[in-house]
Amino acid sequence: MTQKSSAEHSPAAFYNADALPPVQTRRERLSAYSIDELNPVSSRSAEWRFSPLDRIEKLTSGDRDGSEIPAVYDITGAASVNHVPMSDPLVGRCGCPEEVASALAWHDAKNALIVTASAQDASEVWITRESLGGSARAGHTVIDVAPFAKTTIVFDNRGDALLSENVEIYVGESAQVVVVNLQQWNPSAVHLASHFCRISANASLTHAVITLGGGVVRINPTAHLAENAGSATLLGLYTADAGSHIESQVFVNHDAPNTVSRVSYKGALRGAGARTVWIGDVLIGREATGTDSYEQNRNLILAEGARADSVPNLEIETGDIVGAGHASATGRFDDEQLFYLRSRGITEHEARQLVVRGFLNEVLALVPVPRVQAIVHDALDEALEEVTA
Amino acid sequence: MSTLTITDLHVTVETEQGPREILRGVDLVINSGETHAVMGPNGSGKSTLAYTIAGHPKYTVTKGSIDFDGQDVLAMSVDERARSGLFLAMQYPVEIPGVAVSNFLRTAKTAIDGKAPPIRTWVKDVKQSMSDLRMDPSFGERSVNEGFSGGEKKRHEIVQLDLFKPKMAVLDETDSGLDVDALRVVSEGVNRVKEETGLGVLLITHYTRILRYIKPDFVHVFVNGRIAEEGGPALADRLEAEGYDRFTETADA
Ligand SMILES: Nc1ncnc2c1ncn2[C@@H]1O[C@H](COP(=O)(O)OP(=O)(O)OP(=O)(O)O)[C@@H](O)[C@H]1O
Ligand SMILES: [Mg+2]
Repeated sequence: MTQKSSAEHSPAAFYNADALPPVQTRRERLSAYSIDELNPVSSRSAEWRFSPLDRIEKLTSGDRDGSEIPAVYDITGAASVNHVPMSDPLVGRCGCPEEVASALAWHDAKNALIVTASAQDASEVWITRESLGGSARAGHTVIDVAPFAKTTIVFDNRGDALLSENVEIYVGESAQVVVVNLQQWNPSAVHLASHFCRISANASLTHAVITLGGGVVRINPTAHLAENAGSATLLGLYTADAGSHIESQVFVNHDAPNTVSRVSYKGALRGAGARTVWIGDVLIGREATGTDSYEQNRNLILAEGARADSVPNLEIETGDIVGAGHASATGRFDDEQLFYLRSRGITEHEARQLVVRGFLNEVLALVPVPRVQAIVHDALDEALEEVTA
Repeated sequence: MSTLTITDLHVTVETEQGPREILRGVDLVINSGETHAVMGPNGSGKSTLAYTIAGHPKYTVTKGSIDFDGQDVLAMSVDERARSGLFLAMQYPVEIPGVAVSNFLRTAKTAIDGKAPPIRTWVKDVKQSMSDLRMDPSFGERSVNEGFSGGEKKRHEIVQLDLFKPKMAVLDETDSGLDVDALRVVSEGVNRVKEETGLGVLLITHYTRILRYIKPDFVHVFVNGRIAEEGGPALADRLEAEGYDRFTETADA
């Protein structure tokens, strides 16, 4: 067995974030539909200790509108969407809330959006959500992918939002699924989400969270590699502006033999006081022999007072694995890179943009949806225009 | 016709013990079409000279001047120097993750020329240049220098020399780490540019082998932060045979 549990070496300009000890092991994390059985929302609980609790109050207490979330669906190929009551057997197959906001949203949602992809033909479902408004909402989505189906599902999130939601992604045997969550919310938007992904035998899921705008965006994906030879690629790309809080609690649960996971989250903190949090838990269970796992988070600090917390955490319960590694690094511009580019006539401003863009491109290149890549390219052009720090 | 004039150049680097003087009065004049070889022991300050010409922020000029065709180089920013026609092929080219070589080359060319190169001829030029330097076209899609072998990095530097068409080039140990074939390919590349554009070259090296391909007009012995002796091509052979002892002794005295 090869086991790289230490951070790989990183460029000199980076320092390794001090990993805080886990409050509890991930295996022991509570899960329940009732908030009474979950840890209270407090800065002392593992689930909430990094989050701006005052800004998410309306999603962790009080009432939310659980009616259908306004959206426009653009479907090509063998896929369909419909709404079902929460009592439908399709709901609840992929997981159960682990924290209060998720449990409340589960309770509040009046029905679930079901996105079904069948194996007849490859499909793409583009879900544009741009008229949610600023009142508190709760939602539930189930993405149900049939065995051998190939599908791409994109949530294109824009405008205002005060949204708490659960998303279940059931990936059938040998299916190939891409789910992209693209956030270009207004600066005041608040969006909390738990994504429960269950990956069947020989299936693969690429799950991407791209957050370019929003006030508080906390999207926590769990990938449960439940059957033999499933694979999950969890990608994250974010640019954090002044006053924004972008949080990602990623959990990969290797629960079957020969499963593969890659977690790669990269962010640029470009606004004064911007805040990002990445917690990457990987659990390699007793059954998960032959696991191959790697997770990394890298942050580029471009502004004064910006702060990135980055906490990788690996729990291994079997010795018989292919590999398990993690890397976490947060730093500023590498002066040698800037010098190299400038020594080729490129202005300092343009050199900085090239470096940031290159840094983020490493993740974007792994998102296999050209239209998403084009949107993000254009958005970055605009967003990086003022990068100077 | 261009001239790079370095006069009484003194340079320090910041160390934990305070500033340390590395260059101690360098005088050098390079004209278009000339090739000046600089040879000297490890740590004598050759790369410091190269980086100082390019404007690396780590080095502080405490005395002296660098003039390029009447322009005060030391008053120019790093990128202004490059746009004025100076080029540095680095001893250790830097890796830039996520920035594709093709994008980098076009961005740099646009910056240097002040306008985007015509797309069709540019693509052809890049292809030609890469194939001349035996770089597979697939390098265009790779990140700048990332994962390149030592020799590939050096060839990529000379591809840039060929494409950017500077007036003066400093080649800092471009020959180190090259296999025999690559050495020939790289030398031919430099000679081609010299012939086409009348490039002036400051060639830093430890070995006379490259000087058989790129014929120097002058050889400078660099010791302890200054030029200890100057001569013609024969001086290089003598250095290879005798080493630098003779000069280090005088320098210590
Ligand atoms: N930050 C620093 N702190 C202390 N000394 C430094 C620093 N940077 C450079 N030096 C010293 O400056 C001297 C000159 O270095 P330079 O790289 O110019 O040498 P060189 O002639 O190019 O050597 P080589 O042939 O090995 O490439 C060396 O002794 C080096 O250790
Ligand atoms: Mg050197």
